[in-house]
Amino acid sequence: MTIETSIHPGPAARPATRRRWRIASWAPLIVLVLLCGIITLINPNFLTFGNLVRISQAAMIPLVLGMGATFIILMGSIDLSVEGGLTLSAVILSMLVINGANENAFGLLGVLLVLIVGAGVGFANGVIHVRLKIPSFMVTLGMWFVGVGAANALLGGMAIRINDPLIRGLAIERFLGFPWGVWVALLCLAIALVIQNYTRLGRYIYALGGGEELAALSGIPVGRVRILTFTLAGVFYAVGGVLAAAQLGLGNAQIGTGRLFTTITAVVVGGTALSGGQGSVLQTLVGVLIVVVLSNGMVLMGVPPSVQIGVQGLMIIAAVALSIDRKRMRIVK
Amino acid sequence: MSATLTPAPSAAAPGTAPPPPALALMHVEKRFPGVHALKDVTIEIRPGEVVGLVGENGAGKSTLMKILSGVYQPDSGDILLDGKKTRFVSASDAMSQGIGMVFQEQSLLTNLTVGENIYLGNEKQFTRFGIVDWRALYAAASRQLAKVQIDADPRMRADDLGFAARQMVELAKALTLEENAPGHLVILLDEPTSVLERAEIEILFARVRALRARASFIFVSHRLDEVLELSDRIYVMKDGAVVADLVASEADITQLHHLMVGRSLQAEYYREPLQRPYRDEVVLELDSLRHDSAYRDISFKLHAGEILGIAGVIGSGREELTRTLAGFAPHDGGRLLARGREVKLRTPAEAVDIGVGYVPRERRVEGLVLFLPVAANITLADLGSLTRAGLINTREERRLAESWVERLKVRTPGINTLCLNLSGGNQQKVVLAKWLNAEARILILDHPTRGLDVGAKEEVYELIRAVTAEGVAVILTSDTLEETIGLSHTVLVMRDGAITHRVDASPGQKPRQVDLIGYMV
Repeated sequence: MTIETSIHPGPAARPATRRRWRIASWAPLIVLVLLCGIITLINPNFLTFGNLVRISQAAMIPLVLGMGATFIILMGSIDLSVEGGLTLSAVILSMLVINGANENAFGLLGVLLVLIVGAGVGFANGVIHVRLKIPSFMVTLGMWFVGVGAANALLGGMAIRINDPLIRGLAIERFLGFPWGVWVALLCLAIALVIQNYTRLGRYIYALGGGEELAALSGIPVGRVRILTFTLAGVFYAVGGVLAAAQLGLGNAQIGTGRLFTTITAVVVGGTALSGGQGSVLQTLVGVLIVVVLSNGMVLMGVPPSVQIGVQGLMIIAAVALSIDRKRMRIVK
Repeated sequence: MSATLTPAPSAAAPGTAPPPPALALMHVEKRFPGVHALKDVTIEIRPGEVVGLVGENGAGKSTLMKILSGVYQPDSGDILLDGKKTRFVSASDAMSQGIGMVFQEQSLLTNLTVGENIYLGNEKQFTRFGIVDWRALYAAASRQLAKVQIDADPRMRADDLGFAARQMVELAKALTLEENAPGHLVILLDEPTSVLERAEIEILFARVRALRARASFIFVSHRLDEVLELSDRIYVMKDGAVVADLVASEADITQLHHLMVGRSLQAEYYREPLQRPYRDEVVLELDSLRHDSAYRDISFKLHAGEILGIAGVIGSGREELTRTLAGFAPHDGGRLLARGREVKLRTPAEAVDIGVGYVPRERRVEGLVLFLPVAANITLADLGSLTRAGLINTREERRLAESWVERLKVRTPGINTLCLNLSGGNQQKVVLAKWLNAEARILILDHPTRGLDVGAKEEVYELIRAVTAEGVAVILTSDTLEETIGLSHTVLVMRDGAITHRVDASPGQKPRQVDLIGYMV
């Protein structure tokens, strides 16, 4: 019997995995800084206060949506219902606050109702996914179109103008130079951070993403956590819907178009792993800024919009390619 | 692909048989982080020979098989094929050089036909301009099936075959190599009998013997009687080294057992001096517990501070019994009493509620969240008591984690280190800390030392002794009978779903393994 084998972790292997992980989590921030530097060199207008406000305005909705999507992806699921939840919320909001189509004037109560609608959509996602054991991909794909369809049905093909100063103010009124909507988005980020770091739900989301079997073994109510997380995401999408409606000044059925792609791109570019269990809402903040700064920079540099979309597509593939540890992966589906 | 033509001087020492071995490993070494998996391993397989390979779990058998099949590359040492030095850079490379494999976890794709499976990856010979000539492929598949004398239609789907027939198909698949590989064929049989009935095993063995003209075999099994029955020669491995090379006809089970285990200071190893009598308090009582498909009439009392070992082979029902107690497979009949109160555990959460902590065998998958830090893993099962007004008290969490790390001597750079970066033994300590922190009173240890090296095992044993001294009860299923006996206060032996023997295992009165084996098989 020899006890020459050490019980300490192999000195060679450990730093390698750790270093890898550390680089992987810092890479997006480095990319963001480099990106800002390069764009500033090409066009110094990038760093003006006016442009920073523009960037923040462009980032606020993806950031809010990204908070919801980050939790879902951390959990190892996927949520394609972003546009459905957002569109339905925006349209219902436009019908509840002071508007050009009916006499409603629910104001803040209307906003609250919309958040409840968003929670309902997310709750439906979660319950169907968990109770009927349908993959989240399919459930939320369906819910995407259910949401957009319901919004269309409510509108009857029209668009409703929002005249409520409270809602419009989110986009127009400013505090410290930034629109209120930006502050709302930052508040969402703060809430998401607290949930991620200081609540059981946040911890359980990581546990589920790390291994559902294990989470169950530890006595975690796996189904409830899933449903709750989808509900939470639904609320974030509803906030996104409120901001979108405020920005556009009306509710229409196309208000969500393209937002799913931006959201998922931001989460993934930020470094949150699609396999679940690794990442954070702060990384999503970085991811959102990368996406927004890049498109802002392309605008400043005069790149045509069609090319811009293509660049975003390349970016999501590159981000995933950089983030995964190919040595550990044996099967890719 | 091609073997180098330089003759290997070390291949045949003077005095051995003139034909070079079909396959030989010379002084092979392999290390993994924290584990010296193979130590100076030298084995040879002569043409037409069936060589048995036995050893406890963790002895290095599977690493050796993975090197032979090209999955791992040795750190040093040589592989000789027909006396020529070669390398297997991948599994397909090994196959192309004539190494066939039949694994325990069957490698047939059940949604494909038998014929498709046999030539999976080798359809090229039947392909013209990108189109597969299925008639030719199935005709060839029929010829392969004839080699193993199985009467199956190659157009059948693999999942329409029974396990035994699938095993034959695997063998047929391995034999296709003889048409392509240049030299002698060597087929690795890794636990091929574990899913087979006795009659099916007879058939498999008969086929293997009949095929000796075509190939040599390496037979790995934990069933020593089968190894003795089928093999010509047997290598015994222990702690990563080959400790014996025996002629099968001159060996017996007891001798093999002794060589595999071979520890003189067993009592010391299992910390027997630390084994204290358990308390009178009954924490769990099973009364004629029954699970329709797995076990019946299971009755025992588990006391505070007791280690109850359950011994039994695969299919004895002991795995299902532990799953019931962990909340995965509710019992169908009988009574389960936790501290006198009747319970039925429908979910793992309900098991946690009555104070059960399950330490799973798949530590890295089921025991730990690898990407969470040590602290978060330790508090995972009991976050509720750390939560005030919905928020986790992270200061208290850190304090708890620090104290567990210190008490269990978890070697980690800090409580914020991801569990991913810990060695196996320290990961296991974190899993134990998680349950101790959740104040589990009953620990179910499902193969708790699997994959750990000797030193780490000893630390886990010490820890188990320490927690039982504090009144925690333990239900233990283990990879080895030796470990079960060495650790337990009481050993239950199960066979075919029922308890066949119950024996007291106080220090100094430990039963011998051979005494128990009779009740197991």
